Amino acid sequence: MIEFRHVSKVFESKEGTIEALKDIQLTVKKGDIFGVIGYSGAGKSTLIRTVNLLEYPTSGDILVNGRKLTELTRRELRLAQKNIGMIFQHFNLLNSKSVFDNVAMPLVLSKKKKKEMEERVYEILRFVGLEEKAHHYPNELSGGQKQRLGIARALVTNPTILLCDEATSALDPQTTTSILNLLKRINEEFNITILLITHEMEVIKEVCNRVAVMEEGRVIEIGSVFDIFAQPKTDTARNFVKSVVRDDIPASVKSLLKQNMKERKILKIDFLGVSSGQPLVSRTAKNFNVDINILFATITELQGNPYGHFIVELVGKENELERAIQFLYAQDVIVQEVMEDGSKYRTYTRSLVGNTLHG
Amino acid sequence: MEVSTELILEALWETLYMVSISLLFGGILGMVLGIILVVTRKGHILENRWIFSLLNPIVNILRSIPFIILLVAIIPFTRLIVGTSIGTTAAIVPLVLHIGPYISRLVENSLLEVDEGIVEAAQSMGATPLQIIGKFLLPEAFPSLVLSITTATIGLIGATAMAGAIGGGGLGDVAISYGYQRFSTITIFVTVVILVVVVQGVQSVGNVLERKIRRA
Repeated sequence: MIEFRHVSKVFESKEGTIEALKDIQLTVKKGDIFGVIGYSGAGKSTLIRTVNLLEYPTSGDILVNGRKLTELTRRELRLAQKNIGMIFQHFNLLNSKSVFDNVAMPLVLSKKKKKEMEERVYEILRFVGLEEKAHHYPNELSGGQKQRLGIARALVTNPTILLCDEATSALDPQTTTSILNLLKRINEEFNITILLITHEMEVIKEVCNRVAVMEEGRVIEIGSVFDIFAQPKTDTARNFVKSVVRDDIPASVKSLLKQNMKERKILKIDFLGVSSGQPLVSRTAKNFNVDINILFATITELQGNPYGHFIVELVGKENELERAIQFLYAQDVIVQEVMEDGSKYRTYTRSLVGNTLHG
Repeated sequence: MEVSTELILEALWETLYMVSISLLFGGILGMVLGIILVVTRKGHILENRWIFSLLNPIVNILRSIPFIILLVAIIPFTRLIVGTSIGTTAAIVPLVLHIGPYISRLVENSLLEVDEGIVEAAQSMGATPLQIIGKFLLPEAFPSLVLSITTATIGLIGATAMAGAIGGGGLGDVAISYGYQRFSTITIFVTVVILVVVVQGVQSVGNVLERKIRRA
């Protein structure tokens, strides 16, 4: 659908050259909601702009639906651009035009017939829930409504790809959620492939199925959202995961570790999916002669699946503790013992997240 | 000799005639130049270093020549265009050359005020450069353009006062030749009051229009 092959972009300025993109290799498949996350200056903004050639790559190829846009004539390129919708952080709406006229603009540019145009504009306004606002002006709308308008304008030409440039970064959390839900609907109902860039892991968690982490112009990690959340490999990815999933050791647990640890063990259990996690705790308590206290727990939802972290205290006789821990290790969860200094874990075995959960 | 009402009315008419015709042509000239100055600059939709670096100094040179010098300096050119070098119509040629570059700078400023994101959005929709100018830049800059034209009109009224030098007539000419040179304080007073009223009127109309458009 969208394929980046060794894409690089260099900006030349008086202050020197800036390599905004370095050898990007990336494939967005049809039907994906693909997220690119990175801190500001990572190059994600440049990356998304090379897809519809708002920015030309210095080297490498970008294939959109199998075609290299850089090899098209100007006229062919404009036609191809109409097949790629784009929404922006600051909406970029025409303040001089009504909601209706803003949405109609891409059709006006294509010189569509008036009646056909009107039907289509109302149809898409209905979809985004702005039908009653058709004759209002953008400055009379809230931030969320403005982005809905941006989305309507991007979708009015029936594109197969939607590019979202920090589309929710200027919105409050509640509005962000409603816009993300709208993006999900667009993906499902119209089968539109979405490429979005963001600096908020929350956005990736809510809507994306695949994610790439960018740093200093490079893609440093890429995979399914599950993979990145469960096993971030780089510090940057880990920091992004941490921003959504709190899994550091709370102070209360740390102070507990300073006490007598005889016949007690403190474990951290990470799990994905409904079948693991909670039932595991009660099963362990039933099968072995141990008490389990949950000291700390967070459960986040990753695409409809619970993704949780428990910090539990196991209390019991030495050999029962050992058996219980062995049992836990055998399950589809990640078990780590929390060490005395509270900052590090000791990993015995890494029984990784079950394949079934990866889907 | 006192000035008659007819003379004042005729002068007022001459002023309005010079202002409106040179505003029309100067506006077109300024609009075209202003648009070119914006779209050919670095990073813009029709980036063209040659056109930009040729046009930019030409506009500056025309703007730096004092109007009274320009009026006289281009007499041959004026004769070529309108067939005469004296009279009200002849004054229009230098007025256009004076106000056109001025308007181009105002237009340039107004267009540069339009958020770059608007151009980006237009490009993402596959708009042609002409569509970007006509359907995005100009409508978005319209309220600001109205204020620019208002400013230009007032500047033009001031410039017409000097048109007397080549027999252009107008209120400014009456003020100088009847009022100043013949020591008629009342003539100076009357013409200045009329000019003040006209300028006030133009500015008010401009403000009202701008507010109306912006609110729409």
